[in-house]
Amino acid sequence: MAPELIFKDGNAGEPLQLIASGSWTAAHAASLEEKIAAIKFEAPGSRRLDIDIAGIGELDTFGAWLLERLSRACIAHGYDARLVEVSGRFRGLLDEMHACSRDKPPLVKQNPILAKLEGLGVAATEFGQDLVRLIDLVGRLCSAIALTFRHPSRFRFASTIHHLDRAGWQALPIIFLITLLIGAIIAQQGIFHFRKFGAGDYAVDLIGILVLRELGVLIVAIMVAGRSGSSYTAELGSMKMREEIDALRTMGLDPVEVLMLPRIVALVCAMPILTFFGSMCALYGGGLVAWLYGGMSPPIYIARLKEVVTVTHFEVGMIKSPFMALVIGLVACSEGLQVAGSAESLGLKTTASVVKSIFLVIVMDGFFAIFFASIGM
Amino acid sequence: MGSSPEQSILRVRDLVVGFGDQTVLDGVSLDVYRGEILGVVGASGGGKSVLMRTIIGLIHKWRGSITVFDKDLDRASPEEIRAVERRWGILFQQGALFSSLTAQENVQFPMCEHLDLSKALLEEVAAAKLEMVGISPGDGRKLPAELSGGMVKRVALARALALDPEIVFLDEPTSGLDPIAAGEFDSLIGTLQQTLGLTVFMVTHDLDSLHTVCNRIIALADRKVVAAGPVAAMLACEHPWVKAYFRGKRSRDISGTSATTH
Ligand SMILES: Nc1ncnc2c1ncn2[C@@H]1O[C@H](COP(=O)(O)OP(=O)(O)OP(=O)(O)O)[C@@H](O)[C@H]1O
Ligand SMILES: [Mg+2]
Repeated sequence: MAPELIFKDGNAGEPLQLIASGSWTAAHAASLEEKIAAIKFEAPGSRRLDIDIAGIGELDTFGAWLLERLSRACIAHGYDARLVEVSGRFRGLLDEMHACSRDKPPLVKQNPILAKLEGLGVAATEFGQDLVRLIDLVGRLCSAIALTFRHPSRFRFASTIHHLDRAGWQALPIIFLITLLIGAIIAQQGIFHFRKFGAGDYAVDLIGILVLRELGVLIVAIMVAGRSGSSYTAELGSMKMREEIDALRTMGLDPVEVLMLPRIVALVCAMPILTFFGSMCALYGGGLVAWLYGGMSPPIYIARLKEVVTVTHFEVGMIKSPFMALVIGLVACSEGLQVAGSAESLGLKTTASVVKSIFLVIVMDGFFAIFFASIGM
Repeated sequence: MGSSPEQSILRVRDLVVGFGDQTVLDGVSLDVYRGEILGVVGASGGGKSVLMRTIIGLIHKWRGSITVFDKDLDRASPEEIRAVERRWGILFQQGALFSSLTAQENVQFPMCEHLDLSKALLEEVAAAKLEMVGISPGDGRKLPAELSGGMVKRVALARALALDPEIVFLDEPTSGLDPIAAGEFDSLIGTLQQTLGLTVFMVTHDLDSLHTVCNRIIALADRKVVAAGPVAAMLACEHPWVKAYFRGKRSRDISGTSATTH
């Protein structure tokens, strides 16, 4: 039954009357709100006003709250309002509503410009804190390593092997595939463009040097950051969310030693191996394209590679890779430990972990390039 | 409390549920009648949560039938099941609040999805529901991670009641509350039952709740319902587990004190 709200002005001396009837339920709440808003209050005489609810057949919390809101509005307008003809079965609910929200806390209003400025400041200090946290984590990792050297039995060998399997062995197929494709693409582009000035053979120099020095390790680092770094952050983050890390701490175990050291050690071991295989695969892919697309037979490709590639190029790539693994592992763990209670923050931190570690890996690669150039490698 | 079949709001027959090769429930039958507060007791790990989750359709049953609001859930169309789901409210054992929404937004969420109300009314009713369960408006702005365990329970109850459901399933609503708050919680459930005609299916270990608010109790043991009826029936039951539960030392203390205060 549709709800009704009728306003009746009694004779002078008699109380005003609001007569409510029908179903005061959530389904009709929208129309009820309009009806309540439509009531026009006369001059604020301190007259009595009875809200007669005898006709209400159905009442739920939404309806009860609307009644309560109505009577509060009347009182605010200076009427002496009360509910009359309350049947027994509604009394409890109306009383509950009557007791609610008597004192609303003031909403803190913020100046939008100030809020933007505050956000900027927070982001800036956040950046500084990030660095401090990373350095702090390096320190704790070092002390954990030192402790492990003194008590080698405390090193979590099984856990390290497990992570080595996940971050290294299980990553091989995708690394093979990606680096093979990258090598092939570089070869195709190199041959295509170098041919224009009759230097198609120099594509091999391009492939050999680029892959061994830069691309092999960078592609692998980006893959590892996306694959293992993100999963480290998500694992540690959800453990943080469910107080598992606090539980570890209270048992006298150091989360850095138990959770991070095996992960980071595994990553530092796995990354050079992945880089090696990745580089080889890229060279192989380049060779395939040189043969099928450039018409250079494999023996010639290999001979040419031997001529241009020196051990130095190979070393440059391999030396970089464990450092990149260290950065990825550290960033992933530190972001994981910063996860707060919500699922949203877990997602944010996982994204941040991947973005930050890829950024740092590329910045570090730049510094390595300067360094190797200045020592003549 | 009437027991005629047309008043039965939830009917479970010969329910068999298990995981892998472990049978958790083996031939459970029970009825929940409109307007009653049914308490379900059983040993920890005895399958109470599994029973509740099977009824609300989160766990697949092996055999048996479940009828809610006269709809057999096996034969109901997806729309009918959605309509049924709108008429029940659920409080999970761990609260299951949405972690990225504040307490108040958690309560508002189902209203927002299912009802066409103005924003101001939504906020006011959500705040009122939170106050009914004893959460102040200031705490309503906190995220679940910032609430205490008991507060999480209350917010979860407020969310279960958001749509004014006809039946609520509560999984250990008073565990984690102090005895006074647990008592208030019980009386709140009693009030809601009277005013809204609410039916309550409550898994509980709280002997106080069982004594004060539950109209009827079902005892699960050995994967079956071993006893059903009011407290008196439980006290008279000779099943060893029920006997230990209701006539053990802790329960004697409670029935003893309540006997002296009456
Ligand atoms: N998803 C699942 N997979 C496998 N086994 C499960 C699963 N959920 C529950 N169980 C098993 O079912 C049994 C009953 O569990 P249930 O959670 O129903 O216990 P309970 O009676 O609610 O106990 P408590 O009072 O401690 O909450 C337990 O043995 C549990 O291990
Ligand atoms: Mg349980």
